[in-house]
Amino acid sequence: MSVLPYLLAAWIFLAGLYGIVSSRNLIHLVVCVSVCQSATYVLLLAVGYKKGGTAPVFADIPSSRRVVDPVVQSLTLTDLVVAVAVSALLLSLALKVYDHHESLDPGEVTELAG
Amino acid sequence: MVPLQSVCLLFVALGALAVVVTQDVVRQAILFSIYGFSLVVLFVIFQAPDVALSALVVGGIAYPLVLVSAIARVAAQRKRK
Amino acid sequence: MSTRIRFVIFALGALGLGALLVHGVVDLPSFGNYPGPYGDLIAKLAPKERHMVNTVTAVVFDYRGFDTMGEELLLFGAASAVALLLRERREEDVHGVDDRVTSPAVRGVGALAAVMLLVIGLNVVSHGFITPGGGFQGGVILASAFAVVFLTVEYRAYREIATTSFGEPVEAFGAGAYVGLGLVALGFGLSFLQNFMELGIPGRLSSGGSAIFVNFSSALAVFGGFLVIFSEYIEENMRERHQ
Repeated sequence: MSVLPYLLAAWIFLAGLYGIVSSRNLIHLVVCVSVCQSATYVLLLAVGYKKGGTAPVFADIPSSRRVVDPVVQSLTLTDLVVAVAVSALLLSLALKVYDHHESLDPGEVTELAG
Repeated sequence: MVPLQSVCLLFVALGALAVVVTQDVVRQAILFSIYGFSLVVLFVIFQAPDVALSALVVGGIAYPLVLVSAIARVAAQRKRK
Repeated sequence: MSTRIRFVIFALGALGLGALLVHGVVDLPSFGNYPGPYGDLIAKLAPKERHMVNTVTAVVFDYRGFDTMGEELLLFGAASAVALLLRERREEDVHGVDDRVTSPAVRGVGALAAVMLLVIGLNVVSHGFITPGGGFQGGVILASAFAVVFLTVEYRAYREIATTSFGEPVEAFGAGAYVGLGLVALGFGLSFLQNFMELGIPGRLSSGGSAIFVNFSSALAVFGGFLVIFSEYIEENMRERHQ
């Protein structure tokens, strides 16, 4: 199956969405958002893969060797590190919600209290 | 496609499902770390060592520390009340 | 709305989204037949033109340095927002918490691991243009060296080496130096963030030109940002335990 990694990315994204919708705890919800983000990493790297290619570092291989695409790898690696900081921000928002409402259940924190 | 790649893709798919279905947050933190390690193996198989290094340090240290700190703080507050 | 209605709506939406995703993905070039010209072009030109052997780091810090600046400022903003949100409750710093790890084996291994992580982090940052590595990975490793001290020794030792007044200037300096290097390139008459120094010998530690400084400044920014985030969360925890 030659499109299996792309289908895997779609599967991971849908699984993350299911987790967000069915979540009963705000911290569980933040982790499911991270799972959704990891679907994009798999898709990007699968697009750049070349059959028979190796890592795009020419330190000890001849420069005529076939390598995979380095551009999508650069996008993914900065994305991974920044996603952790954004998840930390979402978690601190969840902690503030707990301070105000004494509950982490998304179904219970529905009203916008002052 | 090489069988190694297919097996790794299967592990990642099962890992994502397991992370999403768990309702207990402590178990989910540990499962998310394991899912992160399976992603590292997938990135190495896709010939991306830079991305694998980044995912390793992030999924091994940075993310679990922040997540478990948040969980422990909420649990300590709950116990105090 | 009740849970059942929410699930029915989600199921319908997920079916539609799944069908669209599968339909879109099936027409992509099959896995392994990468067609596009950019990857091949950069893999051919980067070692020759830019004297950088690691093409991924060349793309991150030299060819597409502007995007990396955006990502780094995103990290800066997220760390500042975490500090803003979590400091609202705390009136003063937390003192008098005793959470020593009593086992000397854990303390010893932890101290050793912290020093090793520091050296490995600096190694990964400085060899960014030769081996897989670079500013982002090395910055997180450096921040985790400090976090390991908190986890295996005690909170007071962590406070002594990584007060909040240490992480913030480092992060700000890293982010500012990145933009400053772009402005220096403007001052030389080139475009923003263009490489303005002698490029060096490919495969040696001195290769890369002014992208070396860009690499180090982004490592400092990532290190400072993660140190701020870790400090905020650790202090939240200690505050709960103290009361």
